[in-house]
Amino acid sequence: MFDVGSFYRAQSVEDAVRALAADPCALPVCGGTDLWVRNREGRDSGASYVSIQGLPEITGVRLDPDGDIVIGAATCFRDVAEDPIVQKFIPMLGEAAEEVGSPQIRNVATIGGNLCNGATSADSAPSLLILNALLVLKGSGGERRIPVEEFHTGPGRTCRLREEILCEIRIPRSAYQNRHGAYIKYGKRNAMEIATLGCAALVHLKEQKLAEVRIAYGVAAPTPVRCGKTEEILTGLPAHRETLERAAQCIRGEITPRSSWRASREFRLHIAGEMLKRALAEAIRRAGGHIDEA
Amino acid sequence: MKHSTLNMWVNGRAVSLAVPEGEILLDTLRERLGLTSVKRGCEVGECGACTVLIDGRAVNSCLYPALTAEGKHILTVEGLQQPNGELHPIQQAFVEEAAVQCGFCTPGFILTAVEIVGTGKRYSREELRKLISGHLCRCTGYENILNAIERAMNESLEQREGEQP
Amino acid sequence: MRMRIGESLIRVDAHAKVTGQAKFTGDLLPRDCLYAAIVHADCANGRVLSIDGSAAEKVPGFVQLVTSFDVPDTRFPTAGHPWSVEKAHQDIADRPLLTKRVRLYGDYVAAVIGETRLAAKKAAALVKVEYETYPPLLTAREALGATPLHEEFPDNLIAHSRIRLGMSYDEAKASEPEALEFVKRYDTQIVQHCHLEPAQSLAYMEGERIVVVSSTQIPHIIRRIVSQALDMPMGRIRVIKPCIGGGFGNKQDALVEPLAAYLTTRVGGRPVFLELSREETFTDTRVRHPMSFDVKALVRRDGTLLARKVEGWSAQGGYASHGHSVVANSASAIKQLYRDALGLECDVRTVYTTTPVAGAMRAYGIPQADFLTESLSDDIALVLGMDPIEFRMKNKVEAGYVDPHSGITFHSYGLEACIEKGRAAFDWDKKRIAYSNQQGPIRRGVGMAMFIYKTGVHPISLETAGARVTLNQDGSVMVQMGATEIGQGADTVFTQMAAQVLGISPHKVHLVSTQDTDIAPYDSGAYASRQTYVSGGALKRACEMLKEKIIGYAREILGDVALDLRDDGVVEADTGVRKLTLEELALEAQYSLRRSEHLTAEYTNNCKDNTFSSGVGFVEVEVDIPLCKVKVLRILNVHDSGVLINPQLAAAQVHGGMSMGMGYGLSEELLLDQSGRPLNGNLLDYKLPTAMDHPDLETDFVELVDPTGPFGNKALGEPPAIPPAPAIRNAVLHATGVAVDSLPLSPQKLYEHFVRAGLIREGEEHV
Repeated sequence: MFDVGSFYRAQSVEDAVRALAADPCALPVCGGTDLWVRNREGRDSGASYVSIQGLPEITGVRLDPDGDIVIGAATCFRDVAEDPIVQKFIPMLGEAAEEVGSPQIRNVATIGGNLCNGATSADSAPSLLILNALLVLKGSGGERRIPVEEFHTGPGRTCRLREEILCEIRIPRSAYQNRHGAYIKYGKRNAMEIATLGCAALVHLKEQKLAEVRIAYGVAAPTPVRCGKTEEILTGLPAHRETLERAAQCIRGEITPRSSWRASREFRLHIAGEMLKRALAEAIRRAGGHIDEA
Repeated sequence: MKHSTLNMWVNGRAVSLAVPEGEILLDTLRERLGLTSVKRGCEVGECGACTVLIDGRAVNSCLYPALTAEGKHILTVEGLQQPNGELHPIQQAFVEEAAVQCGFCTPGFILTAVEIVGTGKRYSREELRKLISGHLCRCTGYENILNAIERAMNESLEQREGEQP
Repeated sequence: MRMRIGESLIRVDAHAKVTGQAKFTGDLLPRDCLYAAIVHADCANGRVLSIDGSAAEKVPGFVQLVTSFDVPDTRFPTAGHPWSVEKAHQDIADRPLLTKRVRLYGDYVAAVIGETRLAAKKAAALVKVEYETYPPLLTAREALGATPLHEEFPDNLIAHSRIRLGMSYDEAKASEPEALEFVKRYDTQIVQHCHLEPAQSLAYMEGERIVVVSSTQIPHIIRRIVSQALDMPMGRIRVIKPCIGGGFGNKQDALVEPLAAYLTTRVGGRPVFLELSREETFTDTRVRHPMSFDVKALVRRDGTLLARKVEGWSAQGGYASHGHSVVANSASAIKQLYRDALGLECDVRTVYTTTPVAGAMRAYGIPQADFLTESLSDDIALVLGMDPIEFRMKNKVEAGYVDPHSGITFHSYGLEACIEKGRAAFDWDKKRIAYSNQQGPIRRGVGMAMFIYKTGVHPISLETAGARVTLNQDGSVMVQMGATEIGQGADTVFTQMAAQVLGISPHKVHLVSTQDTDIAPYDSGAYASRQTYVSGGALKRACEMLKEKIIGYAREILGDVALDLRDDGVVEADTGVRKLTLEELALEAQYSLRRSEHLTAEYTNNCKDNTFSSGVGFVEVEVDIPLCKVKVLRILNVHDSGVLINPQLAAAQVHGGMSMGMGYGLSEELLLDQSGRPLNGNLLDYKLPTAMDHPDLETDFVELVDPTGPFGNKALGEPPAIPPAPAIRNAVLHATGVAVDSLPLSPQKLYEHFVRAGLIREGEEHV
């Protein structure tokens, strides 16, 4: 038995917002694969859960006429990974989706829930950061649109208000068109793993140079982070192996992972650099570049 | 805790129950419906022993509120056998490939295998490893389990090809 | 007639397990069951000052709180060993039902009984306990001589045993001035069994008797322990073992049975189900002993091992459980596996620590010992410029070896054949050359390890097993044994044995899988890889006795003819002509007005034999130096386990052990913080291998007929877990030149080693 005060299945987003606003003990739950674990640990005991699982209006992926990709927040990771739009235009996000948990978890856990937990280790976060995702939230005060870069406010915390529902994740066309990326997750085993470090890199090549570079990490800071300093240094450099070495050096000066019993700071800094080299190399390869060509 | 009604299909039978709102599907299946093949191994979705198919997809029932199963079709291994008792081909493959030792993880694996084989796709052994990676087993090293699923997949594909006009 | 031994018979319980018919303890709860939850200490070392249940009592569904102030003062032993009538050999009786003296984080301080699981859990969380705390003692070395955890052991030393063979190490060193000396330390970590079914017991009363249904490997021993814990005669205690979801040695201990049995007496005999969560199973049942070894070794330049001096430390945890037996076993293997030309000094100590209680775990101290011996061999070989296999061939135990202390003999010797098989299958010689002097960030290596393992526990401890066989009227037989099926396939191999001796089809052997101590003959249970050898011996003899009776009765009908049992019938011994079906004979014997006899036989095998099994593990790895990751490309175990009763099931057992060994070598470790609190006692943070973490598992066997095994068989169940970890460590040494002397070879640890070795330059690129 989950220790709930109540469990209410909302009929629509509007209904969910209403239920959340009406009860200060209410909190939304979707796939629940993280929230029910919390509940079992004794946190959120007696809460009034409002389930938004399976609500059609926030499930599914579509391509807007202007080319923006719109992902329903309640879309489960399996459906994100298998979606033809994701596979065609933003395969990096689909690959990140495939890294989450296990097949059973991916059948239920949602991309919106993953973000709203606010964990620095969320596998979807680094990719969404470098895809300049825009998050659409609905609450009793109406709709808000927040760039994903502003969403995380601290470890396990986001700027979502208690009575708001994350409804959509929008990827603007400018963020993905002619751009290629890769996500690498570092774990101590190959499945059912929370990242020790996650690295996403995206490039836009012009004449074998890095016309645009975007880099983001999970677990390198209290929240998922974009690495603007390193991006700036790399912009305009040739898409060659020496640039990758430079990238590794830069990133080790920019991110500030901490030591924990899971991994030391020095170890995280070291693999962060190595992961960036490999993520960039893969992104460049996908963009048609050749890192070893003269 | 308030009770709500739950209507779902379990192993092909319509089921109607009144359950407390916080009830976990794992407990509904085991304790109200006597489907003890669904096992409690960790309660946090890390071992896969509680796996059931919900509308054809493998789900950890230990993290699934019972009320969310409203209107859905649940499958456990008790629902796999033919009415005359004959084993489902996947169950048969597990038996013949010695993929069963202590048996605690077995029902969960079998249901994931049902989903895998049901896609009608051909997977490499590496792909199969990923598809079963949500299940832990301490007895088998996964070796014979992979053999059983590969065999069931191949037999099923052969049958499908045989049935094509 | 068909040979049943050596047949890959389909498991007799496979059908039940794939259909959900197989019932495990938690599947057998009566409708009016109560649920218990334990209140655990949240300090590692201390004393309970007070327990306040007032908040707990208010939880709806609360039934009763039982605290360490309520229970009798009895202390009992928990180890799954047959009892000894000699006090000096008895297991240490240091465990209370509930404790006032906290000796590990998670120690059992109180228990709440509730109407539902959630009620018991919530109420337990509301019980307020006040403690006086003392500093934690986290290693054996630091605990020696520190605050005593048990009054009877004032310096926390449980035991110190010594092996002295030949001359002393110092004498050996003095006599060989040209010899090379190696000084090393090897450490192994805490790991947990992680059987998929968590620890759990159901207890209820029938009149004056207590019934305990439990997930246990040792039902008869549990009966004795519950009797000791509750100070109740054994005849009033009944233990039932249904299907169990793995044990691997954790369940070769009294885990929650005594407490469950006590709790049912507190609620008038109502059923009480005590199920530990996964987290509780991790840290509050048993673990593998972490061990630390200091070694000095003297080696001649030609590779002859001259002498070793070993000091071993084994951290017991807060209670004795299997205690010193485990590291004593490690010391034996250190002695047995290699020949010291001049002498061996081995001192091993087991010390109480305020850490998770260590007990039996698959291969009982030998994985730790093997990590020491096999790492040392490769470290020596590297310096000598010798092939690691050549070093072992020169110094390993030889055929006909007799242990000078126990007398255990290497009757059937397959070790060398195993080594040769592995060497050939792995293309060892070529690969050792091909992978030397690699450059670049990704490097490959091959490594191996060998081992020795005895079968059962004679003469160190009592070996005894009973078997009863009865002829049914349809010509089938009932087999009742106290030996337990824990997933390893015991029921199936016993079925094959009975079929073999009685000449009947396996489907006519009905083996009672659930042990009920009211009915099943005594057997110590599943451990020490003993059942196929000892219990099998009992079954074989019981079947022979039944066969004699059957034939004896048949001769009353058929006259004085030489008869045999073959193909479900009674046949003329010389011609094979069938005279009667077994069914005809059985009906006659059962219902004859002339003379009715229920044909049955029972035998106790007080086994006074033992024999060594052995084998090797070979591993090929690919090391990604910059990412500090080891990928096992290939892994092979070759086992010298005598005749295989069921080859398919034998290979399956080996697979499981290989998986466990890989986890031990690469990723598993239970970590504690500075206060002794477990950090990762759950299945997410404790890294059990998933299907994506293994390559295909290769197995091979050398099948020699062991003269002491009932069918030529010897130990198989545990040995597969022994060689993978050291073989992986040695393969990494080969690939990178880096010797990692502690387990596991986790990425963090490899990072630190690679930095020290200059393979990773901090702040710069890799080599």
